[in-house]
Amino acid sequence: MVRKSFGDPVAEDLRFVVKTVVGEENFVDMYPNKSNNYCCGGGGGYLQSGFTEARHEYGRMKLNQILATGANYCITPCHNCHAQVHDLSEHYEAGYHTVHLWTIICLALGCLGENERTYLGEDLAEVGL
Amino acid sequence: MADQAINISEQKGEFREKVKSLLPDAGNLNICLTCGTCAAGCPATGLEGMDPRKFVRMVALGMDEEVMNTNWVWMCSMCQRCIYACPMKVDIPQMVGLVRKSWPAEKKPKGITASCSMALRHDTCSAMGASEDDFQFVVEDVLEEVRQSQPGWENLQAPVNKEGAYYFLNQNSREPVTEPDEMVPLWKILHLSGADWTYGTKGWAAENYCMFAQDWEAWEHITKVKAKAVDDLGCKVWLNTE
Repeated sequence: MVRKSFGDPVAEDLRFVVKTVVGEENFVDMYPNKSNNYCCGGGGGYLQSGFTEARHEYGRMKLNQILATGANYCITPCHNCHAQVHDLSEHYEAGYHTVHLWTIICLALGCLGENERTYLGEDLAEVGL
Repeated sequence: MADQAINISEQKGEFREKVKSLLPDAGNLNICLTCGTCAAGCPATGLEGMDPRKFVRMVALGMDEEVMNTNWVWMCSMCQRCIYACPMKVDIPQMVGLVRKSWPAEKKPKGITASCSMALRHDTCSAMGASEDDFQFVVEDVLEEVRQSQPGWENLQAPVNKEGAYYFLNQNSREPVTEPDEMVPLWKILHLSGADWTYGTKGWAAENYCMFAQDWEAWEHITKVKAKAVDDLGCKVWLNTE
């Protein structure tokens, strides 16, 4: 979405949204970012290709980027990214949670339903219920 | 790699000619500086003993055998970071795509080709084979449950085939098929922002595995079905959640 289609301005828009919903002090950016960021390895058909070992190896670059932020949650606006980033955390026992952007927006709005919290950790699972 | 020097005169170079004739600006293949900026920033570097720079050199040297048979083309996600970083804009992702296209259908990863075939079964374009009726049923069922069980959301909308809506929203098949509750937060956000939107029973599936399979005919078919679905409802904006 950023590198291939709309460029860095849309990455700025997404940061505005995320900072607004989680609070500026709770947002940690990764390095490198925006158009210069690395692919997580969920796209291009990778998730269905059967090359699972290669996909995990490929994803180590993204895993290390996430771990370097020290953040407890990684927000992924794309479904393929969500599947891969979530799987990386499980596979490498990295311990971070992976949430859709819509989940965190609705949590901030106070309207996230009980059945819509699959990817939240224990710390946020009951918030606003 | 090779223990001996590669004899260029012995290489066929048919794929190199394909790159030159099919890609805009011949993929800029001839102006590659061999600097390795592509390989340095590629998560697929090292897989199958390959990296983007090696791949480009193999194409340039005409090493068809190696280029056409490496599984590495399926381990590159075609994310385009290499061409973004490349000072000469060598179109490595398109070359990877062309190699994928050149593989016989039966040799391509089955998970990808099967998802493409599945998407061709219905005009929904769902790689998981969900039909028009399946989708509409799940949306209406989940909506009804939210209206009844979540106070304050009795008027939540999830329009299907609403003519003239401004936004045509699509959805990855995994949501309606495997975790339908994940659609609800998105509906709430659209509701609170007052967006005029709709799903379509045709063309609602966001994914396109025919593109990943580089089956150009099927890829074009899927794209046309999706575009027609948006046009038929008279929507102005196609919102892709992928």
